[in-house]
Amino acid sequence: MAQHKVNYTSSAGLPVALTSIDKLVNWGRSNSLWPLTYGLACCAIEMMASGAARFDFDRFGTIFRASPRQSDVMILSGTLSKKHAEFTRRLYDQMTEPKWVISMGSCANTGGMFNTYATVQGVDRIVPVDIYLPGCAPRPETLQYALMMLQKKIRRESANMNKNVKQRFV
Amino acid sequence: MRKYTPKDTLQKKAYYTDRFWVAPRVPRDEIKEETHFADVVKTLQKYVSESYVELGQLVLHIKPKDNLAVLELLRDKCGYAMCSELSAVDYLAQSGEFEIFYQMLNLTLAKRARVVCRIKQNESIESIVPLFKMANFAEREMFDMFGIYVNNHPYLKRIIMPDDWSGHPLLKTYPLQGDEAASWYEVDKIFGKEYRDIIGPENRDPAKVDRYDTQRFSRVGYEVPFGADPSVEAEAKEIEYSKTAFVNYQKKPKQLKKKR
Repeated sequence: MAQHKVNYTSSAGLPVALTSIDKLVNWGRSNSLWPLTYGLACCAIEMMASGAARFDFDRFGTIFRASPRQSDVMILSGTLSKKHAEFTRRLYDQMTEPKWVISMGSCANTGGMFNTYATVQGVDRIVPVDIYLPGCAPRPETLQYALMMLQKKIRRESANMNKNVKQRFV
Repeated sequence: MRKYTPKDTLQKKAYYTDRFWVAPRVPRDEIKEETHFADVVKTLQKYVSESYVELGQLVLHIKPKDNLAVLELLRDKCGYAMCSELSAVDYLAQSGEFEIFYQMLNLTLAKRARVVCRIKQNESIESIVPLFKMANFAEREMFDMFGIYVNNHPYLKRIIMPDDWSGHPLLKTYPLQGDEAASWYEVDKIFGKEYRDIIGPENRDPAKVDRYDTQRFSRVGYEVPFGADPSVEAEAKEIEYSKTAFVNYQKKPKQLKKKR
């Protein structure tokens, strides 16, 4: 994280803080993660709870946006059916770089209990996933923790997104 | 006192066996004289081949070509103004036929009747959309799930599965985990067939252990520092728990004072 506290005694009494571009950019990115308002199944209920007053995502600068053009994070909250996979990928493609994906809950991670013909067996088959949340459904605390882990991850990344190679078909 | 029976030979004799177990069947009752159902059967006498009462519901077996005429009579003459459900059952393995049923509801008398007919695998059935608007979606679903063609349907198109899906999932012959086309559906649709090799087949085994999971995911106590090569077996570290998480079970719980 960037140094936000200015030590007036050490920097010649000037309100100057020195940092690197990476830190500054990542400070901005990690503290204004805007997820897409995109609920797939019952995990979306927990996601909504995380956004509401009790768990309060706004504290982390996380505000749900209604358009993929304005979002940085896609939280895949729930079962993804094969019919819908195409649209999920299209939404992901419409998000502007840099973008991250959180796979929330067993169904999104592996297909979960829906070991059937109509369910995508893990959303990492169609979009590159940064963080997998276990649980069915994960508690809002879990999603909050995942978001904090994602912030940590972003802060370690390079500001130049070309250097952050995603694992599969970026 | 109860009479004593020796208990030492009890296990030698099987006290329960399911050898003669027969699956329970829904009891079929005769239609009683001078009831509403008897009137219904009398009205439809020309078409009905078999009729009985099951769990208080009238069941009428008809020929598939008569479905429109029977349902019209039921609606206009017998008061069954609502068709609450319509679908099919796959009996292809037993008799090479589909059973199509129409679940009818009489709203004034609170009575239900089921009209049942059987068609062969490659036969089609007449649409009942002119009589009941609900049949529009229900018949589309029947077509989607079983592949039964419905004649004169206004818009016979898949309703649940995507349009380019192959196969009809509610057939007994359709595998639960999908056929070849189903397992690659989303990959083919989004990336194209050439991406099959890159993405790989679906993992349908919930107990599968992947050796590379240690590289992709870290276990608690086996974390590797950021940037280090995770393929080298990491040494197990003792997991540090928060002190506050421990509960001292040796300590006796606080006794509540007895209330008077």
